Amino acid sequence: MTVSFTTTGNRGLDLEEKLIFEQDKAGRTAVDLPDVPAHDNRLGVAKRKKAMGLPGLSEPQVVRHYVRMSRNNYAIDAGIYPLGSCTMKHNPRLNEKMARTPGLADLHPLQPQSSVQGALALMDELAHWLMTLTGMPAVALSPAAGAHGELTGLMTIRAALEARGDARKVVLVAESAHGTNPASAHMCGYEVESVPGTEGGRVDLAALKKRLGPDVAAFMITNPNTCGLFEDDIVAISAAVHDAGGFVYCDGANFNAIVGRVRPGDLGVDAMHLNLHKTFSTPHGGGGPGAGPVVLSKALAAFAPLPFVVKDGDGFRLVETEEQSGAQPYGRMKGFNGQFGVFVRALSYMMSMGSDGLRQASADAVLNANYLRERLQNALSLSYPGPCMHEVLFDDRFLAETGVTTLDFAKAMIDEGVHPMTMYFPLIVHGAFLIEPTETESRASLDQLADLMLGLVAKAKAKEVEFFKASPTLTPRRRLDETRAARSPVLRWSPPAPKLAAE
Amino acid sequence: MRYLPLTDEDRRAMLATIGVGRVEDLYRGVPSAALLDKPVDLPAHAGEIEVERRIRRFAARNLGASSAPFFLGAGNYFHHVPASVDHLIQRSEYLTSYTPYQPEISQGTLQALFEFQTQVALITGMEIANASMYDGATACAEAALMACRVARRDRIVLSGGLHPHYRDVTETSARFMNIEIAALPADVSGNEDASATIDADTSCVIVQNPDVFGRVRDYSALADACHAKGALLVVVVNEIVSLGALMSPGDMGADIVAAEGQSLGNPMSFGGPHVGLFAVREKFLRQMPGRLCGETIDADGKRGWVLTLSTREQHIRREKATSNICTNSGLCALAFTIHLTLLGEAGFTRLAEVNHAKASVLAKKLGSLKGVELLNDTFFNEFTLRLPKNATEVVDALAKRDILAGVPGGRLFPKDKGLANLLLVAATEMTTDEDMDRLADGLTEVLK
Amino acid sequence: MAALKYTDQHEWVAVEGDVATVGITDYAQGQLGDVVFVELPDEGKSFAMGDQAAVVESVKAAAEVYAPISGKIVEINEALNDKPELVNEDSTGDGWFFKIEIDDESELDSLMDAKEYKEFVKGLE
Repeated sequence: MTVSFTTTGNRGLDLEEKLIFEQDKAGRTAVDLPDVPAHDNRLGVAKRKKAMGLPGLSEPQVVRHYVRMSRNNYAIDAGIYPLGSCTMKHNPRLNEKMARTPGLADLHPLQPQSSVQGALALMDELAHWLMTLTGMPAVALSPAAGAHGELTGLMTIRAALEARGDARKVVLVAESAHGTNPASAHMCGYEVESVPGTEGGRVDLAALKKRLGPDVAAFMITNPNTCGLFEDDIVAISAAVHDAGGFVYCDGANFNAIVGRVRPGDLGVDAMHLNLHKTFSTPHGGGGPGAGPVVLSKALAAFAPLPFVVKDGDGFRLVETEEQSGAQPYGRMKGFNGQFGVFVRALSYMMSMGSDGLRQASADAVLNANYLRERLQNALSLSYPGPCMHEVLFDDRFLAETGVTTLDFAKAMIDEGVHPMTMYFPLIVHGAFLIEPTETESRASLDQLADLMLGLVAKAKAKEVEFFKASPTLTPRRRLDETRAARSPVLRWSPPAPKLAAE
Repeated sequence: MRYLPLTDEDRRAMLATIGVGRVEDLYRGVPSAALLDKPVDLPAHAGEIEVERRIRRFAARNLGASSAPFFLGAGNYFHHVPASVDHLIQRSEYLTSYTPYQPEISQGTLQALFEFQTQVALITGMEIANASMYDGATACAEAALMACRVARRDRIVLSGGLHPHYRDVTETSARFMNIEIAALPADVSGNEDASATIDADTSCVIVQNPDVFGRVRDYSALADACHAKGALLVVVVNEIVSLGALMSPGDMGADIVAAEGQSLGNPMSFGGPHVGLFAVREKFLRQMPGRLCGETIDADGKRGWVLTLSTREQHIRREKATSNICTNSGLCALAFTIHLTLLGEAGFTRLAEVNHAKASVLAKKLGSLKGVELLNDTFFNEFTLRLPKNATEVVDALAKRDILAGVPGGRLFPKDKGLANLLLVAATEMTTDEDMDRLADGLTEVLK
Repeated sequence: MAALKYTDQHEWVAVEGDVATVGITDYAQGQLGDVVFVELPDEGKSFAMGDQAAVVESVKAAAEVYAPISGKIVEINEALNDKPELVNEDSTGDGWFFKIEIDDESELDSLMDAKEYKEFVKGLE
């Protein structure tokens, strides 16, 4: 237990902050609104009759509240965030400025199309960039995030198969896949079967071929995969899936490694989502919003969901119904037109980088990951030998006999002032450390990460178990009791029970 | 290339450390035929000046709500967002952090989510709320799937007052899950009684309040009818500000509330990104989709927050998860919670009052125009007019006069030709008397 | 009470007359870590041998619990609703999951005895 030396519980710049509900004064507000004009009340019988219990604060209190809380967060703007599979790269502020442009931010999705031609043109432009970079002939822009894109891609596949007369029953998923893959396949009404990997961390082509058959609708592959490796059999994999009458779905979460260098369309992929909030630099915002457009092959294009933009003479048209589409859209994934504000940010980024910059970025991302691999591979246990793509996978063999776990190691990294890597994923290695530095880290930043990790390896080898188990000690909160949170969930604030009057 | 820190010298030195000659050597697993040897055919990199110019060129071809009298609603509303909201959500620590998987260095986001969950529960009158969904329509679809898990039934009744996009997204989600959808016809009259449609296979009835035509209803009797037959009542709210003036869905007996939160803190932004709100009765907690933040203590006994009950989620449960949702709408939820904190009980109630009053004044004004009929007996900040001619043509004609008049029935219900003359009109705290006069005058002219 | 029998899915079975008490083994609870929630079957429900009958969740994992033999659920351990930690503290005692009425005693013959289970677990490590 650490001793608190201050009356407030604050420690210098490390400030405690109560909940808004604990700062409430009834009647107070931070927003001055126009007067209520004289009017007839038309609310009817469902008029609210009782209070909600929202707290009242003033503007300075509210600003201070969120500023003080923000200081308890780590962020990519503050330092390296090497979460494997998450592509935490720099989020340019220009993107934010552009998304707030009047004429973009203040558009309603159901305005007459004559009044939003620029917005439709912007969507068409984004689509053009995404299709060109992936070498695919169509894109569905509306999915809200990666998992939503997976579901969109699978539904498109299912619609195409149904049009052929048989939706089939099974979706095959690579063993090392993200958990969203099987969850999405299930939501699309498919049974899920796993395809094993090879010793080398890739899909086992022979095992895949053996399982393929007339009941298999699709094979879901991540490429580069979650071990940070390129699936070098991808062309043969696609051919085998196609020969069996199925489709290839590629999880595009790791597209950052190959942007401008490899087009998934050249690899036989039929559908792939793009996480604009990873590859194309839109901010993750502490858990979204993202956007997960799905590029589609020729065989699938006609089945893409509504809505979509088409060129129409000199202008653009938003297709919102099957009748207008002249195709066979399977349905609608989301209200309105997709994550337009994220589209603006992603396009702003792509225009900034250009075809040359995007190609350099993927090379730098791969170079940075391999540099870390080189600097760490003798101290940590590299899961698969040889060069990696944009992320490098280690496992916990090097911690054997030390009493230190991957989790302990990560928590000690926090005290060193960096965000830890992804832990315990992918599941196919024990105690995974998945490190993705991204291209926006300098060599000095990579060296610092490598140095501090090597320092911690030395401490672990010296069996300083207590140090690791106690970590982190320098953070606003130490390790949190997750068991307690899950056993008796407290998911909202409740007013304290009234105290009994003192005798 | 201002976003790339490596210099050519760095690159050379790092390649030497790795022991390869060129970066292409690191791509050795890629089939050589697929490895591009030059940039793809797209424009080269550009500086801020040029990018701003190109993006503003798109913006210049649009007519935005801040530049015209504006009356559209139907699930997205033009509200004022206080300046401090946008300032606070752009703090690096919120904007550029990941999902709070490392709670020791994410307490800011987690505490904000805990407060968000509490606020959503309070205004909807429900026991618990999750940390957000993508938007209202996908929240509605998730509510339908959840109701099927809870009731262990596979039929869903959709009210004719439900927003057509919500209906379509829900139908699409159910389509491949062997769930039967009974979608009632568009409820223009406001006389729909969905209770007769509940049978022994029905998992839930999904209604919207105010409904897509703007009507306000008390669904308490329908809730009782659902519960009597072992079904759930799902209430969709697509204008969240209405809850400042209306009885909450929880008070009506709703089991799940699926709502769109855009109206608080978030610009319309041509339809996204927005924030789905999702609140339920506590007994259904384990069947709830999406992330949850919960209170706990740290190793020193101090109060803190963590993401919890994650065994419901896809990264652990894979195909048995309650949903595939992963990234949600964190920053939009933050904007929502900051705006609602600024408002407080007094401000939120007042905001709702202003919205209703403006709409009431406008309805009276437009309803008195020749040939125009106000359909609603009740409404909050949006109502439906029946025009003497096709509303899409009227809206297009008014757009040429730089008036954004509302949402025509044909846009929402393209197949229902009987609704083509309907016009949905919304007013908010942004609507001025002058805007109302311009709409009334414009409408008079166009209908002449 | 007769000696415990075991499945390769780490359930234990204690037979008393025509009713079998079922829980998860000490090894299983150790692998899961702190148990935070147990979803139990409805009383009266029937299962075939190997059907999923319950779910046990820890902070970071969820595991299915299968009916080790066919039969009808006659009692569930309601104490686990409030105190799931009983599974960690006393996995073969107070941490039991449910009691099942035995359909076919011969199914018990296919289960492992303590010694066989011990060998089985050793093979996993």
